[in-house]
Amino acid sequence: MSALANPSVLHLEHVTYTYPGAARPALDDVSLTVCDGQFVVLAGRSGGGKSTLLRAGSGLVPHFHGGEVSGELLVGGLDVRHHGPGDLAAVVGTLFQDPETQVVMGTVRSELAFPLENRGESPAAVARGVEEAALALGVAHLLDRPTHELSGGELQRVALGAALAGRPRLVLLDEPTSQLDPVAGDELIGLLRRLNEEWGTTIVLAEHRLERCLSAADRVVALADGRIACDGPPRDFLAWAAEAAPALETPGARLLARAGLAPPPVGVKQARATLRAAGALPDPDAPPPADLPSPATDPAQKMLFPPTRGGAPGESSPPAPPRGPLGRLRADRAGNAALRFKRLWSEPSERPAVLRAVDLRIAPGERVALMGRNGAGKSTLLRHAAGLQQPTRGSVEASGRVALLLQNPNDYLVHERVDEEASAAALEAAGLAALADRHPRDLSGGERQRLALAIVLDSEQPPAVLCLDEPTRGMDRAHKADLAVLLGRLAATGTALLVATHDPEFAAAFAQRVVLLGDGRPIADGPAAEVLAGGWYFATETARILGGAGGALDPEAGAALVRALVAARAGDAVPPAGAPAAGAAQTPNDPRPTEARP
Amino acid sequence: MGYRRRPSPLHAARAAVGGGLCVALALVALLYDHPLVLAAALLAGCGAASLAGVGPELRRALLFALPFTLLIALVNPLVSREGLTVVARLGEVPWFGRLDVTLEAAVYGGILGLRALALIVAFALFTLVVDPDELLRLFRRVSFRSALTVTLATRMVPVLQRDGQRIADAQRCRPGRAPSRLTLVRAVAGGALDRAVEVAAALEVRGYGAAAGGGAAGRGGQAGAGRVARARGGRAARRHARPWSRHDVAFAAVALALAALAVGGRLAGAAPFACYPLLDGDWGPATFAFAAAVALLPLLPFLDRRGLA
Repeated sequence: MSALANPSVLHLEHVTYTYPGAARPALDDVSLTVCDGQFVVLAGRSGGGKSTLLRAGSGLVPHFHGGEVSGELLVGGLDVRHHGPGDLAAVVGTLFQDPETQVVMGTVRSELAFPLENRGESPAAVARGVEEAALALGVAHLLDRPTHELSGGELQRVALGAALAGRPRLVLLDEPTSQLDPVAGDELIGLLRRLNEEWGTTIVLAEHRLERCLSAADRVVALADGRIACDGPPRDFLAWAAEAAPALETPGARLLARAGLAPPPVGVKQARATLRAAGALPDPDAPPPADLPSPATDPAQKMLFPPTRGGAPGESSPPAPPRGPLGRLRADRAGNAALRFKRLWSEPSERPAVLRAVDLRIAPGERVALMGRNGAGKSTLLRHAAGLQQPTRGSVEASGRVALLLQNPNDYLVHERVDEEASAAALEAAGLAALADRHPRDLSGGERQRLALAIVLDSEQPPAVLCLDEPTRGMDRAHKADLAVLLGRLAATGTALLVATHDPEFAAAFAQRVVLLGDGRPIADGPAAEVLAGGWYFATETARILGGAGGALDPEAGAALVRALVAARAGDAVPPAGAPAAGAAQTPNDPRPTEARP
Repeated sequence: MGYRRRPSPLHAARAAVGGGLCVALALVALLYDHPLVLAAALLAGCGAASLAGVGPELRRALLFALPFTLLIALVNPLVSREGLTVVARLGEVPWFGRLDVTLEAAVYGGILGLRALALIVAFALFTLVVDPDELLRLFRRVSFRSALTVTLATRMVPVLQRDGQRIADAQRCRPGRAPSRLTLVRAVAGGALDRAVEVAAALEVRGYGAAAGGGAAGRGGQAGAGRVARARGGRAARRHARPWSRHDVAFAAVALALAALAVGGRLAGAAPFACYPLLDGDWGPATFAFAAAVALLPLLPFLDRRGLA
């Protein structure tokens, strides 16, 4: 690789690191060299060692966290064993998940100036550094704003600006988009790519939503159990993931693999090019082929991100929500709503209205995803549903108890033992009975989420409605799949689900219906296949690749559509899943034989 | 309520100057008992806030402060035994004994309330128009760690408030009996400690260890490097001092003039006023002129709005 000719900015040689009190190492004999100017994505399941690797690169491991480290670790030529984060800050900028705790000063200008002042730069150099970082990140208009007034996306940009203000050679980012909506997340990735291309900054980015960032990456390093499992260009990584770690495969790669096309695409553009070359790019305006197999009955769907839309025939296409005053009147007369928002207004004093005349009706057992930009009013709507806020106008009616799981599961955990938090039956239902004597804060992120869910569901009567606010923040794909299954089971008992999420893939996996909020009111409300296939930002990768054709949201449905299309064009029967699509030539750079492809 | 940069002459002035004006207003309120002078200081503070564009925020602060000042005004006549002009005899009151309300004690209560109000306005003005980061940057030269601690405390108060509110909301979502207050306090404290650890990590990666020259990152000879960096920064700061703007000069002159007027007037016996044993004050033209100067002087620099966005 030509990049290896560049000087290395991060070099690990047989590094093994164990956190204090931990039974096994978080990094296990890791050897890795990142060269100047590379854009590296760290992939892997939760607990695989991504964050620890980034913290080692910033010097927090071992200087801040303690623990035992062995091997050689150099950052910008500085030996991390002898240079702590303060010294390394001149070479490396770091951005963590939660922007709220990374911004330490009162105004944006002071925040950007802080690292430069710490380095003893002159006021002129500080002023210039602040100005350039602000312009590069598009936050110049925020310079004099107090940091406590900024939105999550703005805060994350400011924190990135502070990390970049000293123009470090290397920037380490730990899931920086996990708390951002798809729009802000895409903007941040685009910004990183520009910094990498124009400033030559080396980027090392840990991210769960790989479909969002692989197209910007030069290289992907996959970590599993603290070891490097794969290290190569994105296309090689996707080929490896298809064989060895399907949970890391992007929806686009899975779509093409299921359709029997190769090579695995790095991004929407490549996927469309491959489909076009195979004559398999569907026309979004054309009706889907008549013999298209139903996604709900395709057993392949159960493999990776099990859609909970499956079940009774027709369930995946719920009746359209009532439209217009007459439709709402009819639905009201039917009288079977689990939750009903009637002309709901939320107007905080001295701030613009958050919700504006929201009319929504959710039926028992219905699974609804609530989407929209940060600040669109999603969380506020859930808080109104649970009675945490009172409407300024309008009303909320529920047929029974409304349970609400807020964004941070830690907020529910106040006791010393897991069995003090919820009843034995609730723990059993959440699969946590074996952890009853543990401290809640010692549980993993996914276990804490399940415990918090057990707490809000812990009553004799199941709730009429369960609301969840961003339940997949920082979750890997496997945990999201588990959650989707759990929610599906709950919905089957008659509990209506209303889930605010920024994750279109998760919404596609669990929801029957999607409500898109904008400017405090629903701007789209309909079956998931209709709303998520027709959007640009609020759309799954499969839908973006296929241009929304056939309402296919997940790779399996998309692959079925592609196969049906190819078969229809060739005048054949629909080939089985995974078989190569007719006309899909094996590309020269796909080293695997056709039979070996999934 | 907090600082937010606005296009006003007072916001354009450097933090030390803006802070100086607020201190001068507070000094007037502390040195004088004359109600006219206290009212003038109050008026000056409110006028400055209004001209700086922070009138609505100050009004909100006053709404909170008024009950407190009224309480002061009402309590003093009930607890004070001084004054000769009895205006009400309340008889024997358990714990208090014989209660006679005097005119002098009532007026003095009013003066105390007025003074408290003037001080609150001066402090609120300080909070609203003085950039805390810039002010703390001045103190950093004296004590970096203390200044940073104050900055973080200021920044983290709203964050921890939000954390506490979130935990309270989460507990409201629990079915059944709510956890005890002690349990909640423990959870909030635990959450605050978690926050503190995350903030400490953020400080480390922003190079705080190098600047402070100690702490967890101070091993391996960094302390020396930190001191060198700080000394270099200090010298550079002196070399590249920020030039004084017209607003800096105008408000600094007014703050100095107001402080000199307050101290000089006090030494010269201007605007005398005594409540006990009988009300005795000067209401002549000199006192009115003095009060007018106190009220108008701080507002003069607002006439020049050149150079503002």
